[in-house]
Amino acid sequence: MSLLEARGLVRHFGGLRAIDGVDFDLSAGEIHALIGPNGAGKSTLVGLLSGRIPAQAGTIRFDGRDITRLPAHVRVGCGIAYAFQITSVFPRLTTFDNVALAVQRTGARDLAAATGAALARVGLAGEAGQLAGTLSYGHQRLLEIAMGLALAPRLLILDEPTQGLATGEIESFMALVRSLVPEVTVLLIEHNMEVVMDLAQRITVLNAGRVLARGTPSAIQADRAVQAAYLGG
Amino acid sequence: MRMLALHLAVLAGVAALQFVLPAYHHTNAARILVLATYAIGFNIAFGYTGLLSLGHALFFAGGMYATGLLVDQGGWQPWAALLAGPAAGGVLAAGVGLLALRTAGPAFMIVTLMFAQAFHLAILYWGRFTGGDEGFTLSGAARRLGPFDLADPATRYGAAFLLFAAAMLGCLALVRSRTGRVLIAVRENEERTRMLGYDPFRAKLLALVLSGLLSGAAGATYGLMFGYVGGSFAAIQYSILPLIWVLLGGAGTVLGPLLGTALLFYLIDWASSVTTASQFVVGAVLILLVLFAPRGLLGLLRERGLRSLP
Repeated sequence: MSLLEARGLVRHFGGLRAIDGVDFDLSAGEIHALIGPNGAGKSTLVGLLSGRIPAQAGTIRFDGRDITRLPAHVRVGCGIAYAFQITSVFPRLTTFDNVALAVQRTGARDLAAATGAALARVGLAGEAGQLAGTLSYGHQRLLEIAMGLALAPRLLILDEPTQGLATGEIESFMALVRSLVPEVTVLLIEHNMEVVMDLAQRITVLNAGRVLARGTPSAIQADRAVQAAYLGG
Repeated sequence: MRMLALHLAVLAGVAALQFVLPAYHHTNAARILVLATYAIGFNIAFGYTGLLSLGHALFFAGGMYATGLLVDQGGWQPWAALLAGPAAGGVLAAGVGLLALRTAGPAFMIVTLMFAQAFHLAILYWGRFTGGDEGFTLSGAARRLGPFDLADPATRYGAAFLLFAAAMLGCLALVRSRTGRVLIAVRENEERTRMLGYDPFRAKLLALVLSGLLSGAAGATYGLMFGYVGGSFAAIQYSILPLIWVLLGGAGTVLGPLLGTALLFYLIDWASSVTTASQFVVGAVLILLVLFAPRGLLGLLRERGLRSLP
């Protein structure tokens, strides 16, 4: 069953064709990875899906509803959560307040309990009273993910979530993402190929604003065009 | 809980002051309480939501003129006219916000300044109704709210105290509420707040309307309390003053507006008594403030340990 269908998406920045006629589908409950060389248009594509960047052409349907013209904050209400690439927590607010902002958007009655549960899920319950800016880098990334999860999304978009994480942290991150599906659909932009091949059920490869290939991890690894463009033969 | 107790203790102290203050300071304190209410209103927009308006005199004077004109020329009952003050402040803020909030940063400062200047000039232009630069005084009858005569010092202090207490407790409740958390989030990072599903425009408009409402209430009360409505309250000075009060006391703190308003009031009072160059003294103090306590006095306190200060 398709959760998200994008057709003919276009976004140019001046002469740069960042996204140039992309069709993109997500099945409900899958972990889908978006890969491609730098400048391939990955961040622009998820920007179009989350509403941070308006599309110049094309349509996006989410759960059967046309969301192409909806602003980003309304799409969050529809169930699309976006976790930022560069950690973008509120550094001068406490860890609790960071997550509480996401939790209260869902209309939770008992804010303290729901926020505590969201923090416990990523293992940050002990840091609730700390200012987010004083957390370690890895913990800030986990907090970012906790904020995305606390929105109780149906689609969680993670933009380079493992960047800068230590090996042990990557392991627990992968376990966390696996525990989310199939209730949540996960779209992952990721450079770490081990994580992608291990985690994703399907992969879409972007190159120069177009879809180069899509398929299972093994099919992508065997694809000659992908190897030439990206995986380095 | 401890913080609520602290704020209630401050209110109790302010309420008790009226019994010990000599007449001169008694009047000053009532004036400071109303102006501090204005500062609390300004602080909701500036301190908590990050909206630096240079046009708040529009909301303060708007409330003052709405009430003053209605009671003086419209034949309204004073209490009904008094309610028109915050209404006018809120409506003006909504109107200005719908247009000015399309901009941000310096452009927002300029657009709000422009609206306030336009209002000031309009007051001067329609001097036939507004009294122009000289303004107009309110009769004794215009200052009686039922059995309460605002010309009486004790009643006046009581009215100022009630207004201030309501504004301060309202502000405390707001900033500790879910809505307050969203306003602070908008101040800290607007784009991130949007990606948590909140419309920053709506949050900012709400903050500005609440801010205008309090400013209008303060202006209306000030006019009735002291029996005078004048164009100088719409001038740019009254847009800058709340900014200085809030910066001095601590932007984004509940008690900062009162502290800043009282300190600056008595600083000017003291400086004018020792030198004719009082503005110079005030300027020097503000420079010291920017150098050594850019987050204001309570902001400094918050940084140095009292972190849970709302």
